[in-house]
Amino acid sequence: MTGDSSLLSNTFVLLSLTFGTYFGAQRLQRRFRSALLNPILITIAVIILFLQATGVTYETYREAGSWIDFWLKPAVVALGVPLYKQLSAIRRQLVPILCSQVIGCLIGIVSTVVTAKWLGASDAVVASLASKSVTTPIAMEVTASIGGIPSLTAAVVVITGLIGAVAGFRILDASRIHNPAALGLSMGAAAHALGTSAAMDRDAAIGAYASLGLTLNGLFTALLTPTVIGLVDRLTA
Amino acid sequence: MVIQCFILFGCLAAGELIVAVTGVRLPASIVGMLLLALLLALKVVKLQQIEKLTSFLISNLGFFFVPPGVALMVHLGLIRSEIVPIAVATLVSTALVLWFTAWTHIAASRGERKVKDRLSRRSGRKEVADA
Repeated sequence: MTGDSSLLSNTFVLLSLTFGTYFGAQRLQRRFRSALLNPILITIAVIILFLQATGVTYETYREAGSWIDFWLKPAVVALGVPLYKQLSAIRRQLVPILCSQVIGCLIGIVSTVVTAKWLGASDAVVASLASKSVTTPIAMEVTASIGGIPSLTAAVVVITGLIGAVAGFRILDASRIHNPAALGLSMGAAAHALGTSAAMDRDAAIGAYASLGLTLNGLFTALLTPTVIGLVDRLTA
Repeated sequence: MVIQCFILFGCLAAGELIVAVTGVRLPASIVGMLLLALLLALKVVKLQQIEKLTSFLISNLGFFFVPPGVALMVHLGLIRSEIVPIAVATLVSTALVLWFTAWTHIAASRGERKVKDRLSRRSGRKEVADA
């Protein structure tokens, strides 16, 4: 079988494989009720193994996959609906919301950069990790502007989102945080759209705060990362 | 369905336009999201005109992340050679962001309430004094 010219690299074959694997993984998770059997994680793993086993290139898959991730942008726009439903609640606590997002953004950048440096990551990897908590387009742009590898960032952003979606509520519940605004804001700030999606599964109001967290942390990260990285560099040099 | 798509893609298109014209450092999708919330608040768009499509997209949000996640395979070598810093930094930082964002919100809400209470008490006392 010669990889790319074969039937296996057909767009519809690759798309059905993606849909089918995700569907199967969803059933698996429902059956065993384990957070680690996250359907997104399983589907990504299965497809990578499939591509490596068959020799179909990542570029071929990306072409087929673009029919799916095309919907990411409209889906982010759709988050305007839950946001609108919570608008009056949000207006009442604007100051606490803004404070929490600035702190969350700074903690996110500084803790990532310091930990990664301390454990001996290369400069390019450190720069690629800095913006990992925010939505892919912002994260990739920030990475490019500070000398990282944007496509590595895209992958790390998905991993971060999965960590947030799988473990986020466990961490917050264990810390006895129950306020819906605090829960949502932190899920959106730490794990962008994937955290928001997990928040939405729990409760629509928490989800609305999460979409606000994803927006504000994205905004602050875009604005603050280059300056914060410069400061950390000077302090640790 | 046509009107639902028109509103949603219209917001996205307007987002692209706003980003191109103003050069604001936000992705078009986020500008589109804020725009959609604004149109709903101004009652230009009604909830029932759009909710079917938006709730479908929101409930499948995670699925759309599969293809970008597959990009991992391109960097498997780099990730393997620096797995410890990447994994530890991502885990530690995600937990810290969750905690600090939530705690700051709770503490700031409490602080704001106290300030408001004190202000209203002071103005209350003033009214008594005025009387």
